[in-house]
Amino acid sequence: MANLAAVVGIGQTKYTKERGDVSIAGLVREAAVKALDDADLTWDDIDAVILGKAPDMFEGIIMPEIYLTDALGCNGKPMLRVHTAGSVGGSTALVAASHVQSGMFKRVLTVAFEKQSESNAMWALSNPQPFSTHLNAGAGGYFAPIIREYMRRSNAPYDVGIKVAVKDRLHGARNPLAHLQKPDITMKEVEESFMLWDPIRFLESCPSSDGACAMVIANEELATKSPKPPAWIRGGAMRSEPTMYAGREEVSPQAGRDCAADVYKQAGITNPRKDLDCAEVYVPFSWYEPMWLENLGFAPEGEGWKLTMEGATSLDEGGDIPWNCSGGVLSSNPIGASGMIRFAEAARQVRGDAGAHQVEGAKLALGHAYGGGAQFFSMWVVGSQKS
Amino acid sequence: MRDIAIVAYQQTDSVSDAGAVNEVELIMPVLQRVYKQVGLKSAQDVDFVCSGSCDYLQGAAFAFVAGVDALAAVPPIKESHVEMDAAWALYEAILKIRMEQADSALIYGFAKSSPGELPIVLSQQLDPYYLAPLWVDSISLAAMQARLMLDRGLITERDMAEVVSRSRRNAMNNPHAQLSGDISIEDILAEETYLSPLRKADCSPISDGASAMVIATVEKAKEWGLPYAVISGIDHCIETHNLGMRDLTDSASTRIAANRAGMNNGVVDVAELYAPFSHQEIILSRALGLDKHTVINPSGGVLAGNLMMASGLSRIGEVFNRIVSGEASRGVAHATSGPCLQHNMVTVLEKAGDA
Repeated sequence: MANLAAVVGIGQTKYTKERGDVSIAGLVREAAVKALDDADLTWDDIDAVILGKAPDMFEGIIMPEIYLTDALGCNGKPMLRVHTAGSVGGSTALVAASHVQSGMFKRVLTVAFEKQSESNAMWALSNPQPFSTHLNAGAGGYFAPIIREYMRRSNAPYDVGIKVAVKDRLHGARNPLAHLQKPDITMKEVEESFMLWDPIRFLESCPSSDGACAMVIANEELATKSPKPPAWIRGGAMRSEPTMYAGREEVSPQAGRDCAADVYKQAGITNPRKDLDCAEVYVPFSWYEPMWLENLGFAPEGEGWKLTMEGATSLDEGGDIPWNCSGGVLSSNPIGASGMIRFAEAARQVRGDAGAHQVEGAKLALGHAYGGGAQFFSMWVVGSQKS
Repeated sequence: MRDIAIVAYQQTDSVSDAGAVNEVELIMPVLQRVYKQVGLKSAQDVDFVCSGSCDYLQGAAFAFVAGVDALAAVPPIKESHVEMDAAWALYEAILKIRMEQADSALIYGFAKSSPGELPIVLSQQLDPYYLAPLWVDSISLAAMQARLMLDRGLITERDMAEVVSRSRRNAMNNPHAQLSGDISIEDILAEETYLSPLRKADCSPISDGASAMVIATVEKAKEWGLPYAVISGIDHCIETHNLGMRDLTDSASTRIAANRAGMNNGVVDVAELYAPFSHQEIILSRALGLDKHTVINPSGGVLAGNLMMASGLSRIGEVFNRIVSGEASRGVAHATSGPCLQHNMVTVLEKAGDA
């Protein structure tokens, strides 16, 4: 069996459109210092640093761990840089955890970031490549047809996405770190926002954010001594499949289903809706909530939208399985960090430290991230108890 | 902790220009060869896959996504990627095996350096606010480092030429080498300087290619009935990015990593050092405290062919080859990243113990 590991410190910057007051080094350091403070530790207590972010082309820095080593107090220590597309924040947390779970490290720092105000994601994602079709659509254009296929198959009403957009922004209004603060958002406002990639409206899309998220992960002995409650890592899994292959199920990818089954098995979860208290799931476009509800086994195929419409995933409506209480990716999206924020927010819930978006008594939570053409998945389950 | 073995290693020829071959076409043949070496059908037959690549060398975001297309990842596989040399992908795979989520793993690294101007591309690794805008290329930084060493009397140009001459000679026995030949120290010293004090021969060439490795628990390696080498230690260490704040004539991080990896717990028969410039091989062998007993870079090292994102993994693979062939009992492999040897990894390999 792997060694036990737990999250003992979490630090996040305020997510916002532009952090013009700090450099990239300043941004990551801010999150890291907050995580150390949260764990009541100093730089000397850290054995290694694991860094994650989305493609180097976003900010135009090749292998940014080389430049960020000083800001992250890593001189003289091991530094690893993970990159698995949009799932990277989650994968980075899992790789960081594996440093401790392998027994090779006692306590590590993991950080993920994106400074979208200093980057151009649309450019970076649209570079023409020899021998392949030039896609100049960005992520929304890629996912829109897949969402339309979901709507066709499930016969979901047209306003499910609108409901998710409102619900996650209302959640975000409870979270002072969330980028979008829209406590008065209405279904009408979302419906009337302009259509970006049919059926995805402007307000059904994630924002572009600057931000960084950091966590300290420690072994069992150190976590037990930690001043604040640890979030025990009860399971972690990653899956990848090719972008395209004959017969690929793009609406509910096999890689997502397999990844969920793996992480549930490790955590002893048989009925995710019942066994989990909440989930932080990567929903960058509103319709991905009902789609992932099905992919992750919270609802039978074709019925995920019913949970959304019943309010099951809403904190404000007293739902039984609140999703994205922090406001989710729809409220804050520093791309490379977004997966780690999901993982960290799941940990905050089981630590009882989620402030105004706390799910009362949360003991078991799912953190989820996906990337690429929904072909890379990473997930973890964290709990207030070791087992 | 579980003992981990290398059971297979393959690399492509190191070529100056792979032409229109895309990344999948670059990877596929080397994967097929490494599968064949183990008797695997595909990546489905290992528990974990991890790769190293660099988007900037491909000129596109998500270089590794193409890599996944080479893996036949249907049904989905457990897979990860580092935007680093594949030696660090090996490191991640070792963590995965040690935490008992895998018993075996496939690791690969790949890049085509030829389409761009590598030294200039690498300038964008530097601090984006203060250094990258100066576009200081990687060769200029290395030249500055060599100049420091010459000025302090730590090396002579003849020492550097000796490294190159030995590399080219050793490479004559390496079928994958890009540059090889019987070139004397005098021949090299007679060359013009390129970026003073470096001559072209002091710099690793621009190369395209890939390499791949399969590792497993020792139990699994025995079950497969394959010759193997044990990874008895692996560690890595990064230093400050501020070039003015570290002693460029030494490599403290290499020494730290070697100590933590237990290099000094036994003799070192062979060392493969990732030194993209001749003087860096001297820095590294001194930092590691290697003496005459150790054969350094019998493959020719990266001066004979530098597969970006794979060269670090290849150093480990070369030491594996020497141990499995019986030429060496214990060896050390080094990998590097960043300007002037900023980030260094040391892996110690040993021959299989008595079963």
